[in-house]
Amino acid sequence: MSTVLDVNNLHKAFTTGFIPQKKKILKGITLKVEKGEIFGYLGPNGAGKTTTLKCILGIIFPDEGEIRLFGLPNTSLQAKEKIGFLPENPYFYEYLTAAEFLRFYAQLFGLSRETKEKKINHLLQLVGLERASTVQLRKFSRGMLQRIGLAQALINDPLLVFLDEPLGGLDPIGRKEMRDIILRLREEGKTVFLCSHILQDIEMVCDRVAIIVDGKILNQGKLQDLVSEKILFYEIVVSDVPASSFKGLGECLAEDGGRLLLKVTAEENIKEIMKIVLNQNGRIHSLTPRTATLEDLFVHLVRQR
Amino acid sequence: MKILTVALNTFREAIRDRILYLLLFFAAICIAFSRFLALLTVGDRIKIVKDVGLASISLFGMLMAILIGTGLVYKEIDKKTIFTVIAKPIHRYQFLLGKYLGLVLTLLVMIVLMSLIFLVLIFVHTLTIEWKLLIAIFFIFIELCILTAVAILFSCFSTPILSSLYSLAFYLIGHLSWSMETLIKKVKPGIGKTLLQILYTFLPDLENFNFKTEVVHNLPLPSEIYLHSFLYGLFYSLFLLALAMIIFHRKDFV
Ligand SMILES: Nc1ncnc2c1ncn2[C@@H]1O[C@H](COP(=O)(O)OP(=O)(O)OP(=O)(O)O)[C@@H](O)[C@H]1O
Ligand SMILES: [Mg+2]
Repeated sequence: MSTVLDVNNLHKAFTTGFIPQKKKILKGITLKVEKGEIFGYLGPNGAGKTTTLKCILGIIFPDEGEIRLFGLPNTSLQAKEKIGFLPENPYFYEYLTAAEFLRFYAQLFGLSRETKEKKINHLLQLVGLERASTVQLRKFSRGMLQRIGLAQALINDPLLVFLDEPLGGLDPIGRKEMRDIILRLREEGKTVFLCSHILQDIEMVCDRVAIIVDGKILNQGKLQDLVSEKILFYEIVVSDVPASSFKGLGECLAEDGGRLLLKVTAEENIKEIMKIVLNQNGRIHSLTPRTATLEDLFVHLVRQR
Repeated sequence: MKILTVALNTFREAIRDRILYLLLFFAAICIAFSRFLALLTVGDRIKIVKDVGLASISLFGMLMAILIGTGLVYKEIDKKTIFTVIAKPIHRYQFLLGKYLGLVLTLLVMIVLMSLIFLVLIFVHTLTIEWKLLIAIFFIFIELCILTAVAILFSCFSTPILSSLYSLAFYLIGHLSWSMETLIKKVKPGIGKTLLQILYTFLPDLENFNFKTEVVHNLPLPSEIYLHSFLYGLFYSLFLLALAMIIFHRKDFV
């Protein structure tokens, strides 16, 4: 495995306000992304995900710290030849049509005419916009912009793709398509750096995640390691039994139309509860073991701050 | 090559801007209006047509350069379209030069259109094509190249409205600074004189590009003057562009 992205102790402060004041946004970000993985960069709103990306892409300059792409400084053109970037809110030249837009970026990579047109057609098809190729981007919907943004990010067959909130603004089918494309990129041996505050997106596709809260990385590692398989508690739904019968065995979380939702931590209490239900001619509707999810970890980390 | 790509894209953007056509429309009206103005005057009527026509081309060219030039780079940053471009393999100075050349190309097309209207009007009047007028128009274009560089320089760090005001100030100073020459002649030698001379070297002197009177009245001019004006325009533009690139080079796009 080789490291494709190496970020070391990144610091960045913005000066804001009428009376200029320094506000620290990134407080020492260190992370490594290996070739061929889908790396999830997860954090609540305003944590500094987009700011980190902007530093990596050379849109802003960090106050401190070092960034290397494929072992090269992040501002070198050689490194930029191999990356793709989808910004968080797709902001593009609205006066261009979809095809013109992609052609412009293809030219920045110096693609030859033939490969260019072939690539553009292929990408328009991939993101499902072949019928909109002659429409000006100002007439695009939010989701369509997201799609053309992805096409733009893939125009040079990048080895490393940065996606900032790639599923934002997409309908359910679009989300599934986007996920499929991300997974296909991995199959092709590409590396994906995916920023999101939406857990399910990350959980479904990422191999490794880093959790950033308030400009610091709080946890980083393989998804399976972060989210233990250990069962935390069981959720049992029963009916036709009064809540008072389960005193001391489990916590009653909700009561709705004669149904009770019980949270049970100790496994041996489950048998006890079943006996009570059977004895009183009640019914058991479900019994679900709950493992720790990324969400639990996330909420836990954010709460700690 | 990358510079050219950005330039063509900029051209495409500018040419789809409505302001441009509004200004072109008014320029055409002004040029045509000179014909009626001529009817009201006694003496050499065609000179009035030429005078007003050249002045219109110069004025509207200036407005186009400033109004579009100040918005171009600012809009890229404000609308964040620059993000994806910066992430591509292109140097920042290449991007800026591309923007500049794209705008210069746009202005060239506009100048050509206005000149066509102008020359046709003169042709209808005199039944000759007055090629000499093209010299004056060429130097108007050189002046616009400087103004575009100014507009781009200011738009690297301030909003379009402020940049327009600054650029306009630059334009006015540029057309008044020649009077400093007379001032310098009158001042006694000493520190004051040296300072004034230094200031005068750095201040733009846009009257260098004004050949309207000479051309209209057919006054003879030594050809070194043309060369001098051309080189002055070239180096002043390069100087301004270099400044803009330095500012742009380490700028955070937020
Ligand atoms: N130009 C700026 N000037 C001042 N503060 C800024 C600027 N840009 C971002 N910030 C601040 O930096 C912090 C991090 O912003 P950033 O956009 O990186 O968040 P994020 O993690 O991408 O959030 P989201 O999930 O909402 O996209 C925020 O608190 C924001 O207010
Ligand atoms: Mg963000």
